[in-house]
Amino acid sequence: MNYHFKSRRMVYGLTLFFIALSGFAQMPIFKRYYIADIPGLGWLAQFYVTHVIHYALAALLMGFCAYVAFDYFLHRRNSGPKKSQITENTKMTISAWVKAGALSGLIVTGIFMVVKNLSGIYFYHGVVIGLDLLHLVFAMVLLGATAYTWVRGRSWIF
Amino acid sequence: MRSPISRRHFLKTSFFAAGTAIAGTGTAKAAGTFDTETEPLVTLIDISRCIGCEECVYACKEANAHKFADPKKPFPKMYPDRVPVEDWSGRQDVTDRLTPYNWLYIQYAGATTKEGEEITLTIPRRCMHCQNPPCVKLCPWGAAKQEKNGLSRIDSQICLGGSKCNKVCPWDIPQRQTGTGLYLDLLPAFAGNGVMYKCDRCYQKIEKGEQPACIEACPEDVQTIGKRSDIIKRAKDLAKEMDGHIYGLDENGGTNTVYVSPVPFDQLVYDTGRGRPHMHPVKDTMADGSNLAIAMAIAPIAGAAAAIGKYYRQMKEEA
Repeated sequence: MNYHFKSRRMVYGLTLFFIALSGFAQMPIFKRYYIADIPGLGWLAQFYVTHVIHYALAALLMGFCAYVAFDYFLHRRNSGPKKSQITENTKMTISAWVKAGALSGLIVTGIFMVVKNLSGIYFYHGVVIGLDLLHLVFAMVLLGATAYTWVRGRSWIF
Repeated sequence: MRSPISRRHFLKTSFFAAGTAIAGTGTAKAAGTFDTETEPLVTLIDISRCIGCEECVYACKEANAHKFADPKKPFPKMYPDRVPVEDWSGRQDVTDRLTPYNWLYIQYAGATTKEGEEITLTIPRRCMHCQNPPCVKLCPWGAAKQEKNGLSRIDSQICLGGSKCNKVCPWDIPQRQTGTGLYLDLLPAFAGNGVMYKCDRCYQKIEKGEQPACIEACPEDVQTIGKRSDIIKRAKDLAKEMDGHIYGLDENGGTNTVYVSPVPFDQLVYDTGRGRPHMHPVKDTMADGSNLAIAMAIAPIAGAAAAIGKYYRQMKEEA
């Protein structure tokens, strides 16, 4: 595992942790269950703070996902003389496909939710509820798959 | 609990009453069917005309009584103990603040006119119906909704009573009633705490092209409702006419309720606290999110550009 790959993992891991934390903080649960009372975690009960953090990390995650996806496909499809070797070594695992699917779902539903939050934008009420629930489901799938691959030591690629 | 205080004396002696009386009548009572497709509806509240009779308060209660909660007792025990039980079902007649059973109240504000006369203004207070309402946009379950006509309302069938809408509202408008709503069918001990209630601008009457009850009942034509552009113009004209001041044009990015007062809003002295909203300047609470939306649009392009740049650098090195 080279330095570049390790840094990518660390950026992704930290982003995922804090975006999930700030995402769950959109629900009024951290104060109720004393978590926001823990010194240093008071911000979890401040909805505008967690809202901004969630948005900022979403921008970071989308930039990161775009970078990794382009990097992956460019190297996989256009590797010149080393093409066959790289293709064999960069096949995505099943859990990686699950995580990629959940991430894509999160990004798509997230984009719609950000647009919905702009002034003068009206979505049909059922669509808003659907987006909220889908976003939560995708987050749970991603966190579940991430926990599974972490425990089992599975990587994104073979 | 009707207020014993009358403001008729003030109106009789006020220096702008005649002018505003002419300006205040018009679109409001004659509105009939609303055009809600092109522009949101905005309410203009001319504070100088309000006599504090509370007709609007009781009309609101009557028109919306069928929406009020009928909680079953005893309430389920909630954990942990810090979760507050908020029960207004036994105090439904309270009218001196906002409650789940009182979505509009009359706020008394002391003020001094330019002439040095000490007066008491009475101000109908309820949801401001923000143009970009944080209570709607930040509700984690989509229980609150905004309609194209600009009104925002909470769906009591979906609301879990977490009170986030109250916390993110700059005026703390939505009020909670424990022991009612969807949370009772989910995990009443561990999640949710009732239903949040606030003014929904009599959406059922608006849908039929009727006036909201508070506007219909007002004997002094304090409120005027109409298309945003018309009402904003009317508010500015009225403010100019009485050398007055406007609240709601810029507050929280702009609201669909606009107050016009003969006295600057920062000089009004009134009680605030739970269920008694302030009239301070309010910055646009959703602006940070809207600005970050631009960053979100740029981020994937930057990420893709970085990967393409890296690829071409490697290709160059290999060549």
